[in-house]
Amino acid sequence: MNWKLAFNIAATHLLTKKKQSIVAMLGVTFGISMFIIMISFMTGVNQFTEDMAMDNTPHIHIYKPLEIEDKKIIALNREQKGTNWYVVQHQRPKNELSKIKNGLALMESIEAMPGVRGVAPQLSTQVFYNNGPVKIPGNVYGIDVKRQAELFDLDKKMDMGSLDELLKASDVIVMGKGLAEKMNVTLGDRVSVTTPEGGNLNLKVVGIFSFGIAAMDQTQSYATLATVQKILQKDPSYITDLNVKMNDVTKAADLRADLENRISGVKIEDWEEANQSLLAGEQIRNIMTFVVCLTLLVVAGFGIYNIMNMNIINKMKDIAILKATGFQGSDVTGIFMLQSVMIGIAGGLLGLGIGFFFSYLLSITPFPAGEFFRIDTFPVNFNPAHYLIGLFFGFLTTLFAGWFPSRKAAKIDPVAIIRG
Amino acid sequence: MSVVLKAENIRKKFYQPSEFEVLKGLNFEVNTGEFFSIVGKSGCGKSTLLYILSTMDTDYEGTLTIKGDKLTGQKQNALSAFRNEHLGFVFQFHFLLPEFSALKNVMLPALKLGKYSEEEIEHRAIEKLKLVGMDEYALKGASRLSGGQQQRVAIARALINDPAIIMGDEPTGNLDKANSMNVFEIFKRLAAENHQTIIAVTHDPDFAAGSDRIMEMEDGRILSISKAGAIPAH
Ligand SMILES: Nc1ncnc2c1ncn2[C@@H]1O[C@H](COP(=O)(O)OP(=O)(O)OP(=O)(O)O)[C@@H](O)[C@H]1O
Ligand SMILES: [Mg+2]
Repeated sequence: MNWKLAFNIAATHLLTKKKQSIVAMLGVTFGISMFIIMISFMTGVNQFTEDMAMDNTPHIHIYKPLEIEDKKIIALNREQKGTNWYVVQHQRPKNELSKIKNGLALMESIEAMPGVRGVAPQLSTQVFYNNGPVKIPGNVYGIDVKRQAELFDLDKKMDMGSLDELLKASDVIVMGKGLAEKMNVTLGDRVSVTTPEGGNLNLKVVGIFSFGIAAMDQTQSYATLATVQKILQKDPSYITDLNVKMNDVTKAADLRADLENRISGVKIEDWEEANQSLLAGEQIRNIMTFVVCLTLLVVAGFGIYNIMNMNIINKMKDIAILKATGFQGSDVTGIFMLQSVMIGIAGGLLGLGIGFFFSYLLSITPFPAGEFFRIDTFPVNFNPAHYLIGLFFGFLTTLFAGWFPSRKAAKIDPVAIIRG
Repeated sequence: MSVVLKAENIRKKFYQPSEFEVLKGLNFEVNTGEFFSIVGKSGCGKSTLLYILSTMDTDYEGTLTIKGDKLTGQKQNALSAFRNEHLGFVFQFHFLLPEFSALKNVMLPALKLGKYSEEEIEHRAIEKLKLVGMDEYALKGASRLSGGQQQRVAIARALINDPAIIMGDEPTGNLDKANSMNVFEIFKRLAAENHQTIIAVTHDPDFAAGSDRIMEMEDGRILSISKAGAIPAH
């Protein structure tokens, strides 16, 4: 097959029917540009929510779970007579500490494992923030300030004050924006927190953060490990959680399995387990995006199919002449496939350009997110892979749309046409 | 003298609208370098026969042999390649690709054959156009030529690959007397000087009379094959 010749004929056909070629091309352009805009925006939103959640989510979370023994035990303070045994059903949990044994040593050994970016220790406790007579429930987290800043970007979430202040004085705290508003406190004010066990401490607010997630901003505050240990009246080795960040988040499940074999007495969770609902939502959004985009491309494909079919009906005479003068069926198929593919590539590239342009416009459009979201403009994801996928699918659609009419063209019987 | 085309017991039926045998067992041979004309009343099956000889119509009974190759029963692709190289056509109605210039129309079969470089093909195409007196219209779009001009370009196209046989279905049907004479002279010369074979269906008695042999058909049968001049020219 002589591709140069086929290309030459195909190009001439397209150029002499400019209007028709452009209409066919615009179908593809529309499909692909919509595909790019939609997928850039949808994945941008996914990325944004995921980032927002992932910033605060450890890739692996190690903690001591409440252990419920479901074995029936024989009551000890009763006399067991014959077959009449006294048995305790549904025993209550023991008053066990939620402390991770040798937590800090464990932290260092995990940190030394390959693929681990870092481990942040944490001591969390439920508290009541006392605001006059009102008690607001929430959590206080004791953290290693440096590690928390490095692994969870906590320092970047500060609206007022700074995280480093935690290291400069004792009995200080940084609290969520929503919580501070509820308590009507600001930098320099003091708040009192009470633990369920009755521990109480007066703390000075040295910073206010916002994650952009109301549930967190309205209940959480951070202090140093030592401060929280003091509130709980525990020793300096008392920590309740280890939060692991990986270099590559996808390796988290593997490391979890590895850790589970090594460490006992703790619960080890990876982020996928902890964020199943988030991931499911994301998957559904992704599937919807792809379905809509593919539909657009299929519609564009039908457009090309129709136009190619019409084109071939108009060109019956030409096809007969080509075949009469020695062009084979495959040459004819090639000529019309090339037309279809040229329409696909030209329309596809134009679509990518237009798609990029509109996604760019969207990415600089202010997004009215309210004060809680840390976002100024629409989240748009400029991923080169989407552009390749768009071009690939656009190309594929035109191949399919062109194939059937082109095969039909190849089967035209020249005698039937030439006879007139 | 060698035989270039041999038709043995060629039969063809049409089934639409009702079964009807157009060609009823034709046997004849055409020699290399011969100017062979086919005449007969309208509807007697001349065009139908020519499409079979041209290898485009494969739906017939009997055997067709050209240049020693038995073409009956061969695959479409093989027939296309054979046509491209060895056969040239001029159709009853002028048939050019309207999007292309006259020159490009002439060049296409040669570009398909790919025997010569593009420059050589262009050069040869202009030569062929000169032969039919159309060289000054070479770059004009085919759709902007008159019927007769298109017919002449179609003749140039039939000649481009120097085919062994040139078939024409009323090749001069659209031409005036002067141009008819011109085409006739070209065919004569091709046969005499290049030993190319001409098989032409014609209604023009003078054209037929000037050829080497005339086959007269009637109702799908051969009435006679005779040396030219046997039929009185009017
Ligand atoms: N596709 C077809 N289906 C059925 N009958 C056909 C078909 N094509 C041609 N015929 C018939 O076959 C017969 C021969 O037709 P053909 O075109 O070969 O005649 P012809 O000798 O070339 O006539 P003319 O001199 O007018 O060109 C005619 O009766 C015609 O009606
Ligand atoms: Mg005819």
